[in-house]
Amino acid sequence: MAKMTLQELRKLRDSKKTEIQKRDLSDKETQIIVGMGTCGIAAGAKEVLDTFLTQLEVHNLNSVVVTQTGCMGLCYVEPTIEVIAPGMPSVIYGKVDPEVAKKIVEEHIIHKRMVSEHVFDRPSVDIIKDGGK
Amino acid sequence: MAYRSYILVCGGTACESSKANAIYESLLNEVDAQGLSDEVQVIKTGCFGFCEQGPIVKILPEDSFYVQVTPSDAKELVEEHIVKGREVKRLLYDKEGSKKHAKVEDIKFYQKQFRIVLRNCGFIDPENIDEYIAREGYSALEKVLFEMSGDDVIQELRTAGLRGRGGAGFPTWMKWNFTKQVKDADQKFIVCNADEGDPGAYMDRSTLEGDPHSVLEAMTIAGKTVGANQGYIYIRAEYPLAIHRLEVAMAQAREYGLLGKNILDSGFDFDIEIRLGAGAFVCGEETALLASIEGERGMPVPRPPFPAVKGLWGKPTVINNVETWANIPVIIMKGGDWFSQIGTHDSPGTKVFALTGKIRNSGLVEVPMGTTLREIIYDIGGGIANDRKFKAVQTGGPSGGVITEEFLDTPIDFGSLQKLGSMMGSGGMIVMDEDDCIVDVTKFYLEFSVEESCGKCAPCRIGGRSLMNILDKITKGNGTIEDIEQMKEIGYAMKQASLCALGQTAPNPILSTVKHFEAEYLAHINDKTCPAGKCKSLITYNILADMCIGCTACARKCPTAAISGERRQVHVIDQAACIKCGACFETCKFGAIEIR
Repeated sequence: MAKMTLQELRKLRDSKKTEIQKRDLSDKETQIIVGMGTCGIAAGAKEVLDTFLTQLEVHNLNSVVVTQTGCMGLCYVEPTIEVIAPGMPSVIYGKVDPEVAKKIVEEHIIHKRMVSEHVFDRPSVDIIKDGGK
Repeated sequence: MAYRSYILVCGGTACESSKANAIYESLLNEVDAQGLSDEVQVIKTGCFGFCEQGPIVKILPEDSFYVQVTPSDAKELVEEHIVKGREVKRLLYDKEGSKKHAKVEDIKFYQKQFRIVLRNCGFIDPENIDEYIAREGYSALEKVLFEMSGDDVIQELRTAGLRGRGGAGFPTWMKWNFTKQVKDADQKFIVCNADEGDPGAYMDRSTLEGDPHSVLEAMTIAGKTVGANQGYIYIRAEYPLAIHRLEVAMAQAREYGLLGKNILDSGFDFDIEIRLGAGAFVCGEETALLASIEGERGMPVPRPPFPAVKGLWGKPTVINNVETWANIPVIIMKGGDWFSQIGTHDSPGTKVFALTGKIRNSGLVEVPMGTTLREIIYDIGGGIANDRKFKAVQTGGPSGGVITEEFLDTPIDFGSLQKLGSMMGSGGMIVMDEDDCIVDVTKFYLEFSVEESCGKCAPCRIGGRSLMNILDKITKGNGTIEDIEQMKEIGYAMKQASLCALGQTAPNPILSTVKHFEAEYLAHINDKTCPAGKCKSLITYNILADMCIGCTACARKCPTAAISGERRQVHVIDQAACIKCGACFETCKFGAIEIR
């Protein structure tokens, strides 16, 4: 690149910022965990992972982090993913294909509504424990 | 598409020397072999600080902290963690013996740290200017070029209360202001002192290796503020990695127009040159450093005049240390008020320490001023290695002193350390345990100062040598009770009369240890014994007849064949031939060798 002007420097900074913010975990509130065991990968977890990443970018959701884990144990409904979002119970979704992934981002993450037909496991949490909050 | 995973490999000197480079290459190859180069970014960063556990590899977004990684682990890390999403448990940081998932935020070593200077170390690729820019890099320079006047900048530094991190703690705004106020100079200069030379200290080196642009940006800011167009970085030639990263950074900054003529179209010109030092300690003293840049012999000259008014080639010169520079962009960006809230009233901000010696977690730590030594040594440092007993901590290197157990709860800042008879220095912190002989350690520091003395002024040249002779006499068992008084007398004279800080502070290790560990000196002088068993002239190795089983292990190890004895018979050490190397003591499995 040639010498920059002030505007060009600011433009460059803005374009690089989103990318580097992904490395900073301190401002991440929501976590999407994709099960990437052999069963998950065979059922298409990789495409689902990619869909999440693209969708987050499309909707400019910088506070969501996509991580991966091994098999979650629900091999009959792979690919499985878990969503941990503030103010919502953590749930595990099963049979997630790219279309469902899109829906999860739009419904669960953006509108805070669960995609009920794909919920396969919900850890039973004591809702009174935190003072009923 | 954007990357989904990041593999950060530590590229600090400590990790590089244990093959971090090969790890980086292997990871790149493995990621490539899996066809994941578009999804996974492998980045070589600056120092993570946790050098004890190096080489370190961190994988994001899982925040997995892998330690003591070898190049052959690369395949497993990529195949397991990246492809299958399973953490490689055997390489995770071992928390209290259980290889549990160790997120960085769970690691005690990092919990009390606050990173301003090291904000980008271990986070960005220091050889990629875009990553620095993405972390608000050069936005402080923007402010200074287009929004702030020189007086605004100085006012901001004044509000911040930043004091020079090179050791003396002089208020930075005053230095800059002196230079700014010189009106009739045809030229002014900006200098970065990167001649870090204290034994055990590597703060500045790591900062330059991990975040070189922060120093370049700060120097340019200073240039604009005081009206200088040329900067010099004086760095010792024995820091090749730091020099390389600086050169890369400077080339990139020039290409982007952030150094050179007409920076960002502002009409302001500024450029920087590197000057390599030959590794003389005295060249860390500012007047000697400037002489060395000019091509003269590196010797101090009396101040005043101070370099701020009459410095490099007689021109007004702002000279600050690396760590001071690295604070500047943050102060401009976040404001002096923000900065002054961190740390103590006496010394706002943070301090980087190189924690070494008999400590469990040696490494590079940055804590707010006012943190206690106990927090640094026990919480961050994990306490004394091998469960030995704490004896003292040495701060300030050859110019500093020791601090004992009873003062560990003192909140550290420039003032409090001085009151304890030590000093902040540049940030070396060496922990000693009960096996260290205080007289021996003091001799080591003094030896360093005597060797590095430039010889120009008599108090330092002769005083240092005399102190050395007395200490040598004491460690050989020939000391007398008068020696202690005489050392004090010479020490005070050196402090008063020496030309520069090297001579003025060289007696500090003696004065401080005589005060805190007089009993240990007296043991050497009166009883002719070394309680820690370190001073060779005062100890003998003996074989305990009732413990020795005659295994011959010690006799085979002895380099001077001083041990004799038949198989299965009690062995004997010939004291005349013994060189007291301690090899027999280390070898004996039966505790049959005693040190007296």
